[in-house]
Amino acid sequence: MPLRQKIFAVMVALAILVAIVELVRRRKLKEEYSFLWLLVGALMLVLGVWYGLLQAITRFIGAGFTSSTLFFFGIIFLMLMNLHFSIKVSDLSEKVKNLTQEVALLRAEREESLPSSD
Amino acid sequence: MGRSDCLVVIPVYNEAENVGKVIDGVRECMPGLDIVVVDDGSVDGSVGIVKDKGVKVICLPFHMGYGTAVQTGYKYALRSGYNYVLQMDGDGQHEPKNLPDFLRELKGDRADVVIGSRFLEPRGRKYHGPLLRRIGRVLFAAVTSFLIRQRVTDPTSGYIGLNRKALEYLSKDVYPVDYPDADVIVMLHRAGFRIKEIPVTMYENRSRGTLHRGMRPLYYIFKMSLSLFVTMLRRRGEPCL
Repeated sequence: MPLRQKIFAVMVALAILVAIVELVRRRKLKEEYSFLWLLVGALMLVLGVWYGLLQAITRFIGAGFTSSTLFFFGIIFLMLMNLHFSIKVSDLSEKVKNLTQEVALLRAEREESLPSSD
Repeated sequence: MGRSDCLVVIPVYNEAENVGKVIDGVRECMPGLDIVVVDDGSVDGSVGIVKDKGVKVICLPFHMGYGTAVQTGYKYALRSGYNYVLQMDGDGQHEPKNLPDFLRELKGDRADVVIGSRFLEPRGRKYHGPLLRRIGRVLFAAVTSFLIRQRVTDPTSGYIGLNRKALEYLSKDVYPVDYPDADVIVMLHRAGFRIKEIPVTMYENRSRGTLHRGMRPLYYIFKMSLSLFVTMLRRRGEPCL
C-alpha cells in the first residue's frame, strides 16, 4: 500500500472517529447508537495502518481484491445497521401507540372528572 | 347511577354522516348499554356529533389507524371495569339489532370471543363488496379455518364481542394494530380462547371515510400471511407482554 494511500485512509478514519465523538459530546448522537460507528472508524484505522490484515482477510474469504473485501464488509455493515434501525423503529412505533392511547384515555378521564368544564 | 357491565366500543374516523345513526341504533336496540366512541383523529366533526348525543368519546390526538382505535376502546373498558365489550364499526355497516345475540353468547359463557359473520345469516342479504376484498376474505377464511380447526367464515368482520378475559389479552402489546383480523383469531385460539361465529346482518360500506378505506390489498395479503405464519411459529399460550 503506497504511503500516500495509507495516510489518506488513516486521516479519513480519524475524521470519522472525531466526528462521532463530537456528535456524542454535543448530544446529537446517543452513546448507544455511536458504538457501531466508532467500531467502524476504529476498524478503518486499524486496516489503514495494518494493510497486511486486510490482505489476510481477503485471502481468508477467497476474494480477488482487497477492495472487494472492503465493499463486501461495508455493504454487510450497512445492511445490519438498517436492520438495527428497523428494529428500533418497530419498538418506537409500539411505544408511540401506547403513549397515544394513554394520552387519549387520560384526557377522557380528566373530562369525566370535570363534567361542566365545557 | 346504575351502570351496565357491557360496553359498546365504536371506533370512528371521519364518520360524521353515520355515527349518529349508529348510536341511535344501539340505543334503540339495547337502551341499557354504555357506549364509548373512540375517535381516530377525525376532521369532519364526528366528535361534535357524538358529544351532542351525550355519548362518551375518547379522542386519539392524531390518526393512528383502526387497530389502535379499537384497542384504546378495549383499554378503556378494562380500566372502567366492564365485563363485556361489543365492538362495532361507526360507518353503519353493522346492524345493531344483532347486539343482544352477542351478549347472549358471552353471558351464557358459550364463548370468550364472538364474531359476527355476514355469511352465516340464514335468510338475509347477500354481501358483496369489492372483488379484491372478497378474494382476500375467502382466502384468509379458509386459512384461518384450517389453522384453528374450526369453521370461520368472516375473519374481517369487525363486529365482535369479547368477555373480560379476552379483553385483558387483547389490551396487551400482543395485539397487532395493523389490520387486526384473521391473525387475531388464530392468536386467540392458540392462547386457549373459545371462539364462536354467529350470524349477523351487515350492510355495504355507507361512507367514503371508513377506517378500512385505502386498504392496500397487496400489503394486506403480505402482512396477514406473515402474521399468520409467525403466529403459528410461536408457542401455544405464549407469555403476554
